[in-house]
Amino acid sequence: MSASLKPAGVSGTSLQAVAGTGQPRRRSRKLTDRAAGVVFWVSALLSAVVLLGILLFLLLYGVRTFREVPVFRFLFGTVWNPDAYGVSSFGLIPLLLGSLLSTAIALIIAVPLGIASAILISERLKGWVRVTAKTLVELFAGFPSVVLGFFGLVILAPFIAHLFHVPSGLNLLNASLLLGLMSLPTIISVSDDALRVVPHSYREGAYALGATPWTTAFRIVLPAAKSGILAAVMLGFGRAVGETMAVMMVAGNAPLMPHSLFQPFRTITSTIAIELGESAFGSAHYYSLFALGFVLFLIALGTNLVAESLMRRAKRSFTL
Amino acid sequence: MKNEIQGTEDSRGPVNGMSGSGPHSNPGILESSTPVGKKLRRTRSASSFGFWILAVPLVAFLGFIVLMFYYLFRNGLGVISWRFLTQPPTHGMTQGGIWPCIVGTVLVTFVSLIFSVPVGVCSAIYLSEYAPANYVTRAIRSSIRSLAGIPSIVYGLFGVALFVSAMRLGLSVLASGLTLGLMNLPWIIATAEEAISAIPGSFREGALALGATKWEAIGRNVLPYAFPGILTGVLLAVARTMGETAPILFTGVTYYTKQLPTSPLNKFMALPYHLFTLSTQHEQMLKVRPLAFGTAMVLLAFVLAFDGVAFAFRLRASSSNKWQV
Repeated sequence: MSASLKPAGVSGTSLQAVAGTGQPRRRSRKLTDRAAGVVFWVSALLSAVVLLGILLFLLLYGVRTFREVPVFRFLFGTVWNPDAYGVSSFGLIPLLLGSLLSTAIALIIAVPLGIASAILISERLKGWVRVTAKTLVELFAGFPSVVLGFFGLVILAPFIAHLFHVPSGLNLLNASLLLGLMSLPTIISVSDDALRVVPHSYREGAYALGATPWTTAFRIVLPAAKSGILAAVMLGFGRAVGETMAVMMVAGNAPLMPHSLFQPFRTITSTIAIELGESAFGSAHYYSLFALGFVLFLIALGTNLVAESLMRRAKRSFTL
Repeated sequence: MKNEIQGTEDSRGPVNGMSGSGPHSNPGILESSTPVGKKLRRTRSASSFGFWILAVPLVAFLGFIVLMFYYLFRNGLGVISWRFLTQPPTHGMTQGGIWPCIVGTVLVTFVSLIFSVPVGVCSAIYLSEYAPANYVTRAIRSSIRSLAGIPSIVYGLFGVALFVSAMRLGLSVLASGLTLGLMNLPWIIATAEEAISAIPGSFREGALALGATKWEAIGRNVLPYAFPGILTGVLLAVARTMGETAPILFTGVTYYTKQLPTSPLNKFMALPYHLFTLSTQHEQMLKVRPLAFGTAMVLLAFVLAFDGVAFAFRLRASSSNKWQV
């Protein structure tokens, strides 16, 4: 019997087992099956545990800041100077503004360019051109940020200094340009996906009414993919706001209130990266960096949840 | 129809007014010299002109990527030599090579995979084959997507708190590797799940019908066929993990060590961190600039190699519908 079944693709040992070689064998197979299910379940659950663990550790460490620094002073303080002689100050505002401002400028550059590129890729390009463009975009998404930072340091900084006649090119403008570049692949890929799930009947309907491909793309497909594209923008925001190395290398890193494009500044991420190594373990300074990490975690988590609900809405709108 | 949406001054005619005779369905009208024909020709050329304009940002972006690669390679290629690749840095890192950095980067990436590949693939199997449609599954999926969006520096902080302090691993290859492993776990789960769910249901049903248990059906009749897809995801994860700096910054990477790591509890040097220190922290920054270019190039070569193999793999897998369903 087993010989006639062999070509079906199941190997010999399991077939003998199926044929019923005895009670213990069957029991051990069942046991293995159970165990495998449990292992898979535990592995999957680990992700949720890790997320909770990150939240818990950041909270646990971050909260210790407030044994020495009042919460109000941390949240609304406008000076970040943990090493000052006498009274050190831990004000979140200049760092938060630095992160948000550089990300906002980056998105002002990257969003129109990204959406335009996504429309082109999804509505116009075909065959190997499309594959090449998408591959290059994806390649750049995995580009090491430290190399991009190096590029900003060596090329962009002298260029900016020369172009705008400023003493140093390590400033808000440079960092924002790099962040724009880094968020572009995310925006392009996610927008492209959003445009491609718009059913073909939408385009055919528009063509049937005499619309050109351009009109179809901008007045029919783009509005239909609105939620998905908003999600792309949110994910691009998350990518830019969490970027550390590239920003740290070109931002100039003075923890000042940002008020000009040509001024050195600091983000939350670069502050953590610069100061964790030099703060004394167990000091308020040390714990305050975990509090900064917690703020960053909340921003990233919020961004992600919004993006996720937008994507769910986008998916729902095309299923009847 | 507004002018700015049509893109050029050619587009005076309201497109919606061209009722009935679409520009694609009736070439007769397009070729005619009637006013309607002229208007249609104009609208259509305006449309394709608009797409040419749209190509500008994409071409600029892709051109920038290519130019940047070219620039880095032009400046870095002269530095690369057998000695540069196989010697440790000497003379306060102003001479010598980057061998310890290559070893360190390969080691931490390897440690991260030892953790993330088994856990990631098992999670993917659960999500694709076992997970019931309930709120627990939704929570797990949502956590995985959230983990993918968490900034790498936050993983670094978590690594410091959990692996370095709480688990007392100290600053080590192991602590850094595990931190990186947590970070690339969601990427591996996502690609592995996609690969596993792409295998047709009949593969499982065939095995089940012959009396195989669920695990036997998955292990023998699904995973082998999903393997190329899973491997693609792992290779992409390797490429991205090698370039990450923020998670290892406080969990074990060091500016300079004399010895190569001999135990998982040693500190190590790494390519991305070496590039960072050479370009921003070194006292003789301009003097070591060529070494920085060389380091950047070696790092990029690693990343591109793994990305390239992954893309080639995927291209081959997608070129044919293997299952014919």
